[in-house]
Order: sequence, then C-alpha cells, then structure tokens
Amino acid sequence: MYHVEMKDLEKSYDNQKNVLNGIDLAIEDGEFFVLVGPSGSGKSTLLRMIAGLEEITGGILKINDKVVNHLRPKDRDLSMVFQNYALYPHLTVEQNILFGLNAKKVNKKEQQKRLNETAEMMGLSELLKRKPKQLSGGQRQRVALARAVVSHAPLCLMDEPLSNLDAKLRAHMRMEIRRLQKKLGLTMTMGDRIMVLDDGKIQQVGDPITLYNEPANLFVASFIGSPRINLGQAVIKDHQLVIEESIHIPITTSDIGNIIQKNNLTIGIRAEHIFHGDEDSKTHELEVISVEHLGNETLLTFEIGKELWTAKWLGQWRVQVGDKVPVNISVENMSFYDTKTTELIKPATSVVKEQEVVAI
Amino acid sequence: MTLPKYQKVIFYLLLTVSAVVIFAPAVIAFSMSFMPNQDIMSGRIIPTTFTLDNYVAVFDRFPLFNFLLNSLIVSVVIMIGQLVLSSLAAYAFVFLEFKGRDILFFVFIATMMVPFEASIIPNFQTIRDMGWINTYTGLTLPFFAMAFGTFLLRQSFKQIPKELKEASEIAGIGDLKFYLTVVLPMAKTSLVTLGVYGFLTSWNMYLWPLLATTDDTTRTVQIGLRQLQSQEQLNEWGVIMAGAIIVVLPTLILLFLGQKKLQKGLAEGALK
Repeated sequence: MYHVEMKDLEKSYDNQKNVLNGIDLAIEDGEFFVLVGPSGSGKSTLLRMIAGLEEITGGILKINDKVVNHLRPKDRDLSMVFQNYALYPHLTVEQNILFGLNAKKVNKKEQQKRLNETAEMMGLSELLKRKPKQLSGGQRQRVALARAVVSHAPLCLMDEPLSNLDAKLRAHMRMEIRRLQKKLGLTMTMGDRIMVLDDGKIQQVGDPITLYNEPANLFVASFIGSPRINLGQAVIKDHQLVIEESIHIPITTSDIGNIIQKNNLTIGIRAEHIFHGDEDSKTHELEVISVEHLGNETLLTFEIGKELWTAKWLGQWRVQVGDKVPVNISVENMSFYDTKTTELIKPATSVVKEQEVVAI
Repeated sequence: MTLPKYQKVIFYLLLTVSAVVIFAPAVIAFSMSFMPNQDIMSGRIIPTTFTLDNYVAVFDRFPLFNFLLNSLIVSVVIMIGQLVLSSLAAYAFVFLEFKGRDILFFVFIATMMVPFEASIIPNFQTIRDMGWINTYTGLTLPFFAMAFGTFLLRQSFKQIPKELKEASEIAGIGDLKFYLTVVLPMAKTSLVTLGVYGFLTSWNMYLWPLLATTDDTTRTVQIGLRQLQSQEQLNEWGVIMAGAIIVVLPTLILLFLGQKKLQKGLAEGALK
C-alpha cells in the first residue's frame, strides 16, 4: 500500500512558470524517503504542498488512498519539523511538546503518558521545564522532533532538519533520526530511497547505492558524491577513447559494448577510481596541481584539458605540487553520458561487477 | 563614546538649560500648589510658608474625586478597546491572507493623516443621534479604532516567524487559539507600550469630553480642571495648581513604571 502518492503534481506561483513539474512519486509505508537537490530546486515547496501549507496548482496528491488536494493541513494527519524548528519561545519544552495535543482532543492522562515516553526516547526528561532559549541547537532540534513524535501521526515531514547544526552534531542527529524511525516504524523492511530534484523536475529516484553508482544523468552524477565525480568530454577515434583531447585510452569493442555513438560523449569517473599506478599498471602520468590531506586519505587534483580531476587515494601520500605521478585510469570504471541530452548511455561496468560480488 | 572634556561640558550645559526651561512650568506649578494666596500674588517662586490648604480646598469645593474616577473609567475602557481591536486587526493584516490585504492596510494607515479635529463634527452628530451624550459609551467608543495601534502591533506581529503559524496549522490549532496563546504572549512588550500610550492619550483628552458631556456625571478630570478656573470670580491659583498636580500624578506614576517597556516597545518597530 502506498502511503503518499503524487500524480503529475505541479506548482506555480505566478501562473506562468512552473516551480514544480510533473512530479510522479509513490512513497510506501515505513519508508525513509529523502529529497535532495540544489537550493531553489523545489524541495521545500514539494514538502509544503504535501503538508498542505502551499496550494497545489495541478495534479493529484493522495495520502492513504484519499485525495487530499484541498484538505487543510490539520486534516492530513501528519507532523512536520521545520528548518528553524518553529518552537514557541514563550512556552517551556513540555508545553511546546504538548501544544498540538490539546487541539487534537487527546485527554490529559494520555498526554502525560505520551510526553513521558517521548521525553525519555529523545533524552529530554531533564529539560522539560526549560524555555527554548535555554537550550543548545541540538536540544532544540530534539524538542522539534519530539513534537512531531508525540502527535503519533503516521507521516512525518522534515524540512532540512539538520541544516542548522554543526557538522559533528549533524552526523549524530542523522543517526538519531534513523534510530527513532526504527523505534517508531513497526515493520522496517523498507530501505531508504533518495529522490534528486533539480529545476522542479525529478532527476532520479532510487536507493543511495544506485544513485551513486549509476546516476541517470549528468546532474545526478555531479550532485551525488563528494568529491565531485570527474567529468570530461570524450570522442571515440581509431580504437581510442580521447578525453578532453589529452588522455588517450585504447579500447576494444568489449569495453564499449553497446555504445554506438562516437562523438559528443561525456565520461564520468569517480575520484576513488583513479588509482595510483605502479610500474606495470600505470596508464598515464599526470601533473599534480593541488594536494589535500584528509587523514588517511589524500586528494590529488590534476588538470585534464579544461577540467579539474580529483583522485582519492587511500593512505598518506607525500606528493608535491608539480610532481608527475603515475595513475591508472581504465574504461571499465567510466560511465558514459550523451553530452547533448545529459542522459546515461552506459554505467561503469566495474561497479556492476562489484555489486554482484556483494550480492553473493 | 568618549568626548573631549570641553565638548562634554557644553553638552551637559545645554542639556541642563533645556531641562530647566522645559520643566520650569511644572516646578512652578508644584511649588505654587503649596503656597498661600498672598505668596502667589506677590510673584514668589519659593513659598515662605508651606501649606496643604490648597489640596484640602480642591477636594472640598469640587467633585474632583468624581472627575478622577470618570477619567479612570474612560481611559481604561478606551485602552482595552484599543488593545483588543488593534491586535485583532493587526493579526488579520499579518497572519490571514486575503486579496487586497496590503492595499487595505495602506488605506487603513492613511487615516492617520486625518486629524481627529476634522472628524469631530460627524462623530459628535453620531453620538448625539444615538443619545450617547453624557454616557461613557459616547466618551469612549469613537477612539476604539486606532490606525497607529494597528500599525505598531502589525510591526511587532511580523517579527513572529511564519513557521510558528504553520506549525500550529499542522497541529490543528485555530486562528483564535493561536492569537490568544502564541501571538499575544509573544507581543507582550508592544501591547504594554500601546496600552500605556492609549491610556495617557485618553487621560489627557480635552476637546472630545468637552463636547460629549454637558453635566458633571461623566465629566473627566481635564474638564473639571478647566471649571476650577472659570467658576471662580477671583482665580485662586493655588487651588488650581493643586488640582493640576493631582491630575498629573497618575500619568507620572504610569510613566515611571512603564518607561523601560515603553521605550523598548516604541523602538521595536522602528528598527529592522
């Protein structure tokens, strides 16, 4: 059964240009569904449309198989965590958590029970009498989550819930949210799914690994993953793949498989797939223009034509800027895209193999 | 800020002079209220003999206490009326979305440019035709709707994040409850400011009570003060001054108590 279903959902603010276009999506019960995209891509708008805070311009939105396009937010049976938490500054943590329950006509005894449960779960028991002003960022975040949890709504929307936290706390809260979902969700057979949104259109929906390994187009490829995927214009000429007119790689028909197109190709290769090449395996020598040490990893940047490529090598490499280092770049790690349509032609073959290994 | 010494001296000298000039009438009235009539007539400023006779006289000869009570009732009713109406109007202008909201607000604000004196005749006719002359209703009702108050509270309500409203919408909290439990407590400072401002303005009101009352039953203290002067053949300035001091007292007390909040509240809308 689908919990939230969208059919050709549209949104426009001025009746001229659509902010969201043809959103077709079904989210199942118990699923952890993540929306990502650059700012201005329509993430918040979509979330607010589901919540009922924004009007729906076109299409159908169903929650629990019921069309809710014109239902008011309170009748949609959901909770929402806002980016800035939206805590009532003049109320204590306890009052903040219970604020919505009075309106839902939950009796006092049940309220207390839920409050104690939730406070316990979120580690807020000691803080119930404090005002939001007296709490740290992470604690405020937990109060905002507690308010969503205490409502027992089957659907919880979070609008960038981690963006106001520092990096360390963010990682911690991400884990907490997952743990919380596990505690609340009764059947947790569902995995995560991510939807990448850009310019009001769905770019790709899938589980995180698929998104990383087989990005459906150039936008998803460059948006998912850090450091960014290395991209380069390529042509196939005389049994050679020529990238950015500077790297030549000999290829055979088995390498390129069903690629018929010879021109206007863009290839993508992840930073961890540009290996260090020793005497036997080195395919190219590249000049290092920047080195970044990340503890047990080293990021090296090269200039390939107009593009900057990054390689991620495990371990600590004492490399100087200006050095020529041997690298191993192979076709099987590259995914091929059509430069004009930006669509994927062929994913990297190596990752498909790896996945099979994992499956066994 | 640090100033050179000579600048500081000049600043404080100027401040002192202006303070003396501005405050002189009040100080003279205060000292005159303790003087016997002879002292006043001889043009002294510091009394030779200290007397409380004037205060006794003013309560003896005039229903001053009655006037004070009337003023208090009128001021409090106007204050409450203004707070309720202004905050409700401001709530609508900030949190409810409807077509032409901003235009309506500017029209609303534009009424601030119409001086009260200009609308006094139609107001008087309305009150008279309703038979509200000499009633508290007639004295207070025309002042309930207040563009300035709506403006001040709108500014203050605008500081409340929109997400709070949205969070309540999702939780199923209606407009009235949101207004009562979130908006009003959060805008407390501005409400106090507006309350004090409204109270003082209505306490000092002169023209309207003069028109809307014809006898002593509902007359306010400002009119009473005026009567002190005219009903006497020979003006007893000491008595008049004693009356004036008594009338000023509540204003001063309120100002001293509310000064901090008043400044904070008035500055709130000004910045940002």
